[in-house]
Amino acid sequence: MIPTLLGVAVLIFVLLRVVPGDVVEARYLAQGSQFQSQDLMNQERAKLGLDQPLWKQFTTWMAGIARLDFGVSMWTGSPITEEIKLRFALSLQLAIMASLIAQVLAIPLGILAAVKQDTWVDYAVRVFSIAGLATPSFWLGILMILGMLIVFKWIPPMVFTPFWVDPWQNLVQLIWPALAIGYRYSAVGTRMMRSAMLEVLREDYIRTARAKGLWLKLILSRHALKNAILPVLTVMSLEFAFLLGGLVVTEQVFNLNGLGMLFVQAIAHRDYTLTQALVMLVATFFLFVNFFVDIAYAWIDPRIRYR
Amino acid sequence: MKRVGRLLALGASAFLILSAQAQTPRNGGELVFPVPSEPPSYDGHREETFGLIHPIAPFYNTLLRVDPNDKTGTKPVASLAESWTVSSDGKTYTFKIRKGVRFHDGSEMTSKDIKASYDKIIFPPAGVGSTRKGQYADVQAVEAPDATTIVFRLKEPSGSFIASLLSPYNFIYKAEILAKDMHWYEKNVMGTGPFTFVEHVKGSHVVGKKNPNYWDKGKPHLDGFRAIFTNSSSAEVAAIRGERAHIQFRGFSPKDRDSLKAALGDKITVQESPWDCILLGAMNHEKKPFDDKRVRRALTLALDRHTGSKALSQIAIVKEVAGVQVPGTPFATPPAELNKLAGYWTDAEKSRAEARRLLKEAGVPEGFSFTFKNRGVPMPYEPLGVWLIDQWRRVGLNVKQEVIEAAAYFGVLRKGDFEVAMDFQCGYIVEPDLDMYKFLSVDKNPANYGRYKDPVLDDLYDKQSRETNPEKRKQIVRQFEKRVLDEETHYFMTLQWHRIIPHSSKVKGWTVTPSHYLNNTLDTVWLTE
Repeated sequence: MIPTLLGVAVLIFVLLRVVPGDVVEARYLAQGSQFQSQDLMNQERAKLGLDQPLWKQFTTWMAGIARLDFGVSMWTGSPITEEIKLRFALSLQLAIMASLIAQVLAIPLGILAAVKQDTWVDYAVRVFSIAGLATPSFWLGILMILGMLIVFKWIPPMVFTPFWVDPWQNLVQLIWPALAIGYRYSAVGTRMMRSAMLEVLREDYIRTARAKGLWLKLILSRHALKNAILPVLTVMSLEFAFLLGGLVVTEQVFNLNGLGMLFVQAIAHRDYTLTQALVMLVATFFLFVNFFVDIAYAWIDPRIRYR
Repeated sequence: MKRVGRLLALGASAFLILSAQAQTPRNGGELVFPVPSEPPSYDGHREETFGLIHPIAPFYNTLLRVDPNDKTGTKPVASLAESWTVSSDGKTYTFKIRKGVRFHDGSEMTSKDIKASYDKIIFPPAGVGSTRKGQYADVQAVEAPDATTIVFRLKEPSGSFIASLLSPYNFIYKAEILAKDMHWYEKNVMGTGPFTFVEHVKGSHVVGKKNPNYWDKGKPHLDGFRAIFTNSSSAEVAAIRGERAHIQFRGFSPKDRDSLKAALGDKITVQESPWDCILLGAMNHEKKPFDDKRVRRALTLALDRHTGSKALSQIAIVKEVAGVQVPGTPFATPPAELNKLAGYWTDAEKSRAEARRLLKEAGVPEGFSFTFKNRGVPMPYEPLGVWLIDQWRRVGLNVKQEVIEAAAYFGVLRKGDFEVAMDFQCGYIVEPDLDMYKFLSVDKNPANYGRYKDPVLDDLYDKQSRETNPEKRKQIVRQFEKRVLDEETHYFMTLQWHRIIPHSSKVKGWTVTPSHYLNNTLDTVWLTE
């Protein structure tokens, strides 16, 4: 884990500095103001440590990370933990809600389509899931907003209310993006579940179980599902990790104050410290999700053991 | 007949009473408005974005302000200063300060606070950023001889000094706090404004509530406001349409205006104004053949601004054909006179024929190719870029557009790494000193991306700046405009931006001005329900 994170750190540090422009230019040149002062810009660069050699900037950053101190945002001057805190809560909740919706849809539909292969049920599930794959979440979000505006003259609240403050307001705001994201996410899961289940249902041990006269439900839940779920788990877990920082356009459509938008703003402002912290956060999240998936593998399939 | 007359009189009286009632400000309610940008810090002296003004200006006052009912956005009125006088030599400005103004912490505001605030803006100590310091280069000293008097001593007379005090960014801070920590106001809010600070949730919103001790009795009318940070214009339009928000103070596109009007009808009021922002063409004088004024003149002559205005104003936030001043403002050149400048002629064919002739004379072959650099911002850079390329094609130029990512763009311009590029200027007030500073020689202003030196132009600038007689100043401004846009064609203008504010008809007491930095104190704003 540590070498991967170190590699990510080096990569993001270098890439950010290769891109032209810096936070001082973004702050003082981009507004089209009449008076621009090179002295002021130099002074700001020195204040932010941008006049230091790159190796020194990198080691200072690494030393901070080692103390779990991510520093302050170059754009706002606020601690990075403060910038990320609320957005992380929103993005995580949205990812969990979308994931729940996806799993509730994907697993039963995938199994059903496999069991009823080449019947109208299978065709219907396939149409539903292929439509989900073909429909970007943000586009579905736009349709939802337009539909709500035209039919009910209503849109979800624009300001995020944490679940522990007002659960109803929170759900009223987040259920719509969760549905838009969850649908696409479920489509991936449904397709994977169906193909994995079809493969497992053709195995000898399933034929044997059926020949012994076991109930189909029992065969599916005890024998088939456990084996078929492994690839689904991998795919859905990676999708889950992606949701944390990858929902930029959907967040725009629903005006959500999430990590995706923070990412875009940080890059647009050339806020090196914030962008670096966000990349490290998402990379760590991916690594942890992968780690837990590996643990789950062993739990679901006892044949798998890690030494 | 008498009875009919009496009935008519009664009806007219009732109408007048109802109209008067409709215009009587109603107290109460929370104004909700989206803001398409978030303030990096709370310090107005340091920042340049409207993302600071819209949510933070209601917490502060400035020494003077622009009359909130003046559509030209140029008329100064008192704010913390009650009145002012100018010495006969035009070098001393004395302001009488309002008594009984209190900061939100209860302490009294005096001229000491104004002096400390302006000292921070004009003479910032080392390590303190002040982006408008250059605007006050003529100020020699700021003095506070007593608690209710503030004096600005200038090195030279200035025709624009009052306008420079109208900056909505020049918040008055508390001297005692500044004495302890010059950076305190970057992270904290505490002013004398009509609203007091409640909260700022990062990336989400700012909330203000009515200041019950506000010095302007009877104001503000609102109980509070909520500024919601948004990240797309579609979300802002949806917010107005879904009645989650009342108004967005920056501006919408013509398409958004039309869709809101079609969906909400009378529930939407539209206010429009020429906008004190413009995209200009920077022609790099250090690159051939743009060092030749005939070529530069041909580039502007190729543009049919009058027809372009009609077409582009349907799809983009541009409209007015303009010179160096926003049309309709005190120093703007009247259309008949403006149309005599190169590129402003009403006969487009004649103009293009002249452009072709000049290009030929300068030795630029038919089909000559160059790269036009444009900023990666869709509105209005994209439609204007397409329009420019089409216009130049009509005089035999073959132009390739290169779009550069927004944050990196001005760095490219500053380095001079371009042939012709889109440049941008936006101001808080229409004032020749501010709007024409851009065109000064590059050794005086590094934001002159044309990279030329023109001592005649610099001299004209200084002359108009020192001239305190508005009529005489107007004449010098005309000469400056003719030199920069016609005789030397150092720069060319595209079209003036056009500000469109479709807002809920419940919002009253707010007037659109040419600047989206103005009129955001919200003290005069009220809601009908």
